Amino acid sequence: MKKIQGSEAIIKSLIEESVDTIFGYPGGAIMPIYDSLYSYQDKINHILTRHEQGAIHAAQGYSRVSGKVGVCFATSGPGATNLITGIADAQIDSTPLVCITGQVPSQLLGTDAFQESDIIGISMPVTKWNYQITSSDEICQIISKAFYIARSGRPGPVLIDITKNAQFSDVIFNYKKCERIRSYHPYPIINDKKIKEASKLINEARKPLILVGQGVLLSNAENELIKFSETTGIPLASTLLGLSAVSCDHKNYVGYLGMHGNYGPNVKTNEADLIIAIGMRFDDRVTGDTTKYAVNAKIIHLEIDPSEIDKIIKTDVAINADAKEALIELNKIVNNNNHDEWINEFRECDKLEFDKIINKEINVVEDKILMADVINRISNLTKGKSIIVTDVGQHQMITSRYYKFKKSNSNITSGGLGTMGFALPASLGAKIGQPKRDVIAVIGDGGIQMTIQELATISQYNIKVKILILNNNFLGMVRQWQELFFDNRYSFTEMKNPNFNIIADGYGIKNNKVENKKDLDKCLKEFINYDGSYLLNVVVEKEENVFPMVPSGESVSNIRLE
Amino acid sequence: MKKRGIYQIKDSDKKVKEYTLSVLTEDKAGLLNHITIIFNRRKLNINSLNVSTTEVKGVSRFTIVVSSTKEKIIKVVNHINKLIDVLAAFLYEEDEIYYQEIALYKLSTKIFLKGDLVEKIIIRKYGAKILKIEEDHIIIQKTGTKVGTQKLYDELKKFGEILEFARSGRVALSKKKRKTVNFIKKLEKTKSNKLNI
Repeated sequence: MKKIQGSEAIIKSLIEESVDTIFGYPGGAIMPIYDSLYSYQDKINHILTRHEQGAIHAAQGYSRVSGKVGVCFATSGPGATNLITGIADAQIDSTPLVCITGQVPSQLLGTDAFQESDIIGISMPVTKWNYQITSSDEICQIISKAFYIARSGRPGPVLIDITKNAQFSDVIFNYKKCERIRSYHPYPIINDKKIKEASKLINEARKPLILVGQGVLLSNAENELIKFSETTGIPLASTLLGLSAVSCDHKNYVGYLGMHGNYGPNVKTNEADLIIAIGMRFDDRVTGDTTKYAVNAKIIHLEIDPSEIDKIIKTDVAINADAKEALIELNKIVNNNNHDEWINEFRECDKLEFDKIINKEINVVEDKILMADVINRISNLTKGKSIIVTDVGQHQMITSRYYKFKKSNSNITSGGLGTMGFALPASLGAKIGQPKRDVIAVIGDGGIQMTIQELATISQYNIKVKILILNNNFLGMVRQWQELFFDNRYSFTEMKNPNFNIIADGYGIKNNKVENKKDLDKCLKEFINYDGSYLLNVVVEKEENVFPMVPSGESVSNIRLE
Repeated sequence: MKKRGIYQIKDSDKKVKEYTLSVLTEDKAGLLNHITIIFNRRKLNINSLNVSTTEVKGVSRFTIVVSSTKEKIIKVVNHINKLIDVLAAFLYEEDEIYYQEIALYKLSTKIFLKGDLVEKIIIRKYGAKILKIEEDHIIIQKTGTKVGTQKLYDELKKFGEILEFARSGRVALSKKKRKTVNFIKKLEKTKSNKLNI
């Protein structure tokens, strides 16, 4: 068989794994791979971002909307270390990625060579798996293993570091897809006994509540979940990352959980007699004080990662399984039931929340622009059908509360890690992953400046994302905490921002600015309907607080409405 | 009101005890680091660690001794089990395993001239053996528990200076009837790691 260069074998391996898009940034130690890529541009679309962090967040956005493995390239040393934040983000939010980094030639490893960093050591705690290839013979086998690991079980990021000599030396291309690894068991076998135990609890419960996590989206279990909820009549509440798995107008949907979630699902957690947690991990932003969480409830946990079971909350019945498979089994045996009275209790909570908070925020009489009002209008204008990418902070919580998602895989945000700077690059990746859908990035004035250079990527490739800056010239969430818990001491949270519109002009991106409420509707319509990338800088109230709020470390029952 | 958070654990699980982890892994560079950072992250200090190849080619065994609460160590084991290259991690309390440690003592040859040291103490009382006799030093070897090797150390010290002393990590086997080869064969055949089952 004819030998090819290692770097070409890498590109061909990616093609074997159906990779059609790569986000990356070249440099010395990865040049052979980029040289091989040059000949395969008809098969692989490479997006040159302006920073490696941009590349990996773009790959995350791409993966989260498409369900495919996101791929990114970076060179050794600083190129590789710049990926770390994104890798940690993908790890905690279970996003399948394969990151390929160049490395100095193997004979220079450990010598502090130019642009050498021990990326295997550095990335170890934040990857699902990593491996350093030092010989071209390993390329095919390791890349196929990388994709298998990234996408199976609980997905996650894999980093493959490839020394320059392995890229240069020749190898026979013989690609076989990885089908199993004896030490890795990503397909748990469902325990029928547990399914029976769970269904007994489900059938007997009087106030059951389903908590929908991202696991539902990752296993494409949306339909099975709806069937389960409709059969049993059990209300559905969503975590931040579970948003959009259930349409917000479903009759059993009762809202969003957690620190800035809806009032009903938070307070009712402590009234429920059964919690059915599906593909979620009881993050502290969801549970608050765990000793005062779900105090009257038995717990059923459907979870693919066994290490998540009993990690935070002790379960009564744990089903270690893929969410979809477990729901299919449960749907076979659960009884028809309804819990309309119980759901009505949530609706009462909704009324209270509407009167105390929502009404004041979306029907503002004064001439001021509130974040909630902007997001509510966007939700209405897009009929809840756009892909919404959010950064981290007040705007993120407001968007999660006010955007009424109607389509699955539409909420892309940095949940577990809370990475400011995530949204702009993730949105361009999302648009490439779902080119036919509208993608709107909602970003604060702080977060956008962390990765603002990606406006150049958006401009160069004419990626039609809409960028909405909710601009209060403050690091709003930190300011809110300073107001509420630190005696109004606004320590380094106020910002003198650049003129975002001139910046957008500089990058050749159409833009507009809204400062008066009377212009808001017209400008939002133009923003939504424009065929191309568009940056809209909306100047909102300087000091707004996001409510409801479960103060950090307190019980979900102590959720504050004001 | 029922409490169920992670901080509401049984009193017996809150007690710090010595646990032994036996971890079968693929023989892969860097895995040691991967395992130890799981302890570091929780600020758990490892008492002893032994890594060696097993009777099965390509498979290594880590034996890790650590003082921890049960609640914490179970999460550590779950986390180790999650590592891709780990075949299986087992958690044992002291009464569930057979275990030994080995200690080497380097003494000056001179102190052997003092009485019945060799016969009475080293051999009869402690079951230790003499590994090597050189002109100026002698090496003694004792296998046992940490308490036993420490006792011999203390006793030898009464006779004079101990030039050097080294103690190994623990090696342990479970009291269960399990054959490593068969266990690994089973892992290779199970459905839970097969694509498209």
